[in-house]
Amino acid sequence: MMGTIFGIPPQALFGQLLLGLINGSFYALLSLGLAVIFGMLNVINFAHGALYMMGAFVSWLLLTKLGIGYWWALLLAPLIVGLFGVVLEKTLLSRLYKLDHLYGLLLTFGLALIVEGAFRHQYGVSGQPYPIPDALKGGQNLGFMFLPNYRGWVVVASLVVCLSTWIAIEKTKLGAYLRAATENPVLVQAFGINVPRMVTLTYAFGVALAGLAGVLAAPIYQVSPLMGSNLIIVVFAVVVIGGMGSILGAVLTGYGLGLLEGLTKVFYPEASNIVVFVIMAVVLMIKPAGLFGRER
Amino acid sequence: MIARLLAGAALAALTIGATGPANAQQGKLSGDMVKVGVLNDRSGLYADLGGEGSAVAARMAAEEFGNKILGKPIQIITADHQNKPDIGSNLARQWIDQDGVDVIVDVPNSGVALAVQEVTREKKTIFLMEGPATSRLTGDACSPTGFHWPYDTRALAVGTGQAIVKEGGDSWFFITADYAFGHQLEADTSAQVKKAGGKVVGSVKAPLNTADFSSFLLQAQASGAKIVGLANAGGDTITSIKQASEFGLTQSGQQKLAGLLIFLSDVHALGLQVAQDLVLTTGFYWDRNDETRAWSKKFFDRHGKMPTMVQAGSYSAVRHYLKAIEAAGTDDGPTVAAKMKEMPVNDMFAQNGSILPNGRMVHDMYLARVKKPSESKGPWDYYEILRTIPGKEAFATFEESGCKLPK
Amino acid sequence: MSLHSQSGGRASAKAPRTAARVSVPDKGLTPARIGALVVLAGLLAAPFLLYPVFLMKVLCFALFACAFNLLIGFGGLLSFGHAAFFGSAAYVTAHAVKVWGLPPELGILLGTAASAFLGLVFGGIAIRRQGIYFAMITLALSQMVFFLALQLPFTHGEDGIQGVPRGVLFGMFDLNNPMEMYYTVLAVFLIGFAIIWRAVHSPFGQVLKAIRENEPRAVSLGYRTDRYKLVAFVLSATLAGLAGGTKAIVFQLASLTDVTWQMSGEVVLMTLLGGMGTLSGPVIGAALVVTLENYLAATSLPVPVVIGCIFVVCVLVFRRGIAGEIQARLGKKH
Repeated sequence: MMGTIFGIPPQALFGQLLLGLINGSFYALLSLGLAVIFGMLNVINFAHGALYMMGAFVSWLLLTKLGIGYWWALLLAPLIVGLFGVVLEKTLLSRLYKLDHLYGLLLTFGLALIVEGAFRHQYGVSGQPYPIPDALKGGQNLGFMFLPNYRGWVVVASLVVCLSTWIAIEKTKLGAYLRAATENPVLVQAFGINVPRMVTLTYAFGVALAGLAGVLAAPIYQVSPLMGSNLIIVVFAVVVIGGMGSILGAVLTGYGLGLLEGLTKVFYPEASNIVVFVIMAVVLMIKPAGLFGRER
Repeated sequence: MIARLLAGAALAALTIGATGPANAQQGKLSGDMVKVGVLNDRSGLYADLGGEGSAVAARMAAEEFGNKILGKPIQIITADHQNKPDIGSNLARQWIDQDGVDVIVDVPNSGVALAVQEVTREKKTIFLMEGPATSRLTGDACSPTGFHWPYDTRALAVGTGQAIVKEGGDSWFFITADYAFGHQLEADTSAQVKKAGGKVVGSVKAPLNTADFSSFLLQAQASGAKIVGLANAGGDTITSIKQASEFGLTQSGQQKLAGLLIFLSDVHALGLQVAQDLVLTTGFYWDRNDETRAWSKKFFDRHGKMPTMVQAGSYSAVRHYLKAIEAAGTDDGPTVAAKMKEMPVNDMFAQNGSILPNGRMVHDMYLARVKKPSESKGPWDYYEILRTIPGKEAFATFEESGCKLPK
Repeated sequence: MSLHSQSGGRASAKAPRTAARVSVPDKGLTPARIGALVVLAGLLAAPFLLYPVFLMKVLCFALFACAFNLLIGFGGLLSFGHAAFFGSAAYVTAHAVKVWGLPPELGILLGTAASAFLGLVFGGIAIRRQGIYFAMITLALSQMVFFLALQLPFTHGEDGIQGVPRGVLFGMFDLNNPMEMYYTVLAVFLIGFAIIWRAVHSPFGQVLKAIRENEPRAVSLGYRTDRYKLVAFVLSATLAGLAGGTKAIVFQLASLTDVTWQMSGEVVLMTLLGGMGTLSGPVIGAALVVTLENYLAATSLPVPVVIGCIFVVCVLVFRRGIAGEIQARLGKKH
């Protein structure tokens, strides 16, 4: 033992912080997708948790029915979920853009019920096991804790995806169109850019991120129809805290809150589930637009 | 205004529309048939240990009577309580009030079972509990018409808890399922551990159906306890054992896992490679003698899996219930309950089992060890029975139970 | 823009009629009164025809939906966290009756008061934002209540508070008798409904509608709109609590189901299906949804999928709901 920090063994402190970072990786990926969609469509995608679950299920089905392994699933599952997103956007969501944004929330809520209900009906609520890929089995002894390789991989993968998405939106020409279309779709359309297609692709990209998070989660959390249903509310709170529509806000808040949750588990485990919501209430009182948001 | 009238009329029409079945059921005597309601988790984390298998076992019991009793048919219906106390107690209430159900069977998940026990006590309906674990069901929450069959938390604590302390596992940390069952199992096991000279250094409560046990496992690791007691069941036990191996909890050799409630279905799901050498307490093992093997073979042919103690217990309890109806000549709840308590339980599940006034069926329990892959001779050859725990040792006496019923 | 951009025209067209009724109280039997009497007679006779527990469930949810509708239908605020009020009142009532041994009327009162207080806190936080932000904030806050209910010792986590005695109302009516229980629930429902009717038809209700249609204009007219919205929020939370406390007595149980976000979604559906912004709509919606769930539970059809499909259909093509649609059809004929 290396002594204690604030009366807490460092083993527990660093261990929980690391676990918090892993959870934060999922928060960041999911809230990133929500933020991208909200920025472009002004729709809060309630089905995001269900699509995350779908990503995990698709990879499980690929493995058990077709024998397609983890690495291909990492590519295929987000594509399939993204395609599903295209269908949803084209057939359902696009009919609501002229109405109040709340209808988008209600519609996607209904969709979440359908998707979750269907998987639940088919596969029951108990989790289906998904094996950790061989290359990532085992773990590292970090001294203060034993870190399974796979969980380390999740953190790295999530960081890479979040960073490259942020760069793509902030630094590339495509990203510039996207941001412009968010501000003034009519003007961008006048420049000869197909805004409806851009909207569709944005939605597809956002839900594909959820699908990707699902694949990453499958070996950790087991594949269960309800895996997204409580997670999504936490992610909503993350988005509210970060500031709706802010890409950077979503990512940073995602990781930050994951770490904070980990910290709470060390000092006052009972509060770890509600700490995110308490912070949301405090942030709203001080800065109603969220940490990184602008008043609209 | 007319709109409101119409809306009102629509509501009235709707209310009348819903009349049919409710009306037809009222005033019907339950004596026309014996209706057995198997109420359990059919899709969730406890579906494998009870689920449809419990219904199959109940049907096998009914078939022994030719599906008829006192010249009237036996009907078996099922429902899924989804592990929610409100759904469970509503279903039970509706079954008894509307559908003329005479006996409710199984009900895993102690929280749901406690809620259903409230209903059956009020309605004086027989309640045969195989799935739930908490010893409170025959303790402070006992009912004159409630029967607790294959096991309970106290028997598990006596079996597994004492055995592990004897082997030197004298400091414990619990990862506990955060509801009635987990709390009681932790309390009962703690009592046995302390009685045997061990100590409990801490515990953490994990919600039912937890997907990620890593932070709880980390707390267990940091506690430095020799034994990490898993006071959970079904899917939760499977997940926590798997993740413990992922996080190298037992690798250092300083800590050991103790699954306090492990069903045959859990071992089957984990595989012998992961589950080997776990010590567990069970009320039934299919490969114990010729009788159990014969019955289990029949069960396997219909269900495709070997029976857990919950499923075998469902058969035994329903069979005993039907025998009591035959003896009493009625299906009136309190009369049948009294008859059931008079008669000894003798079948492939229990030999000379007896029922205490609080509804506890006292029978022998078995301490078992999960075989290594190399020891297993074929599919479902999972346990080596280490010791038979006499019923009197495993279960609390009526006086100890804290039940306030007249003796 | 508000959820009522569609119904806006309808509401303003209706306004003169409402005003006329307020100024010249008509006497005798209007069709509306006949309708109300028929419904009332139906409700009084219902327990002789139907399973009373089912009816009581419908009434509790009908009141819950009416309370929710007060906020969305007349205030234009979509709360996605109303289960928090419904559920916490259930817990407080159950605890007060079971542990403190209070009579049912005091238990329900205490539960309702707790919800009112919670409404004040939530309202104070959430009212700062509108539209979609408001919905998400209420949702997140109610999830916090869910976790509290999961972890606080007095709520008993997954088990909930069980075996709540129904007790004797006012020391006179033994609620263990299904009929006496039913008429108590009916009375609670009628009181709640009367309060909502009164609120909607009062000047307060008119201001609320004005805010819904055009908040800046209401501000420029000198109304302190945040005050009005907060009062509406607290009133709505209080009545949702009344429904939740009553349900706890009926079912003798308070459990996590009542505080989940799925429950918040369910009350949204009831209101949407029945017709937002109509008085009878939520009642119809609640009766339909509860009946449907009862019916589906006996079949192998997955309940959430059916509910989800109704949700999607309502949002896409049936935004006025049943009562709204009937009103609109009749409105055209006039």
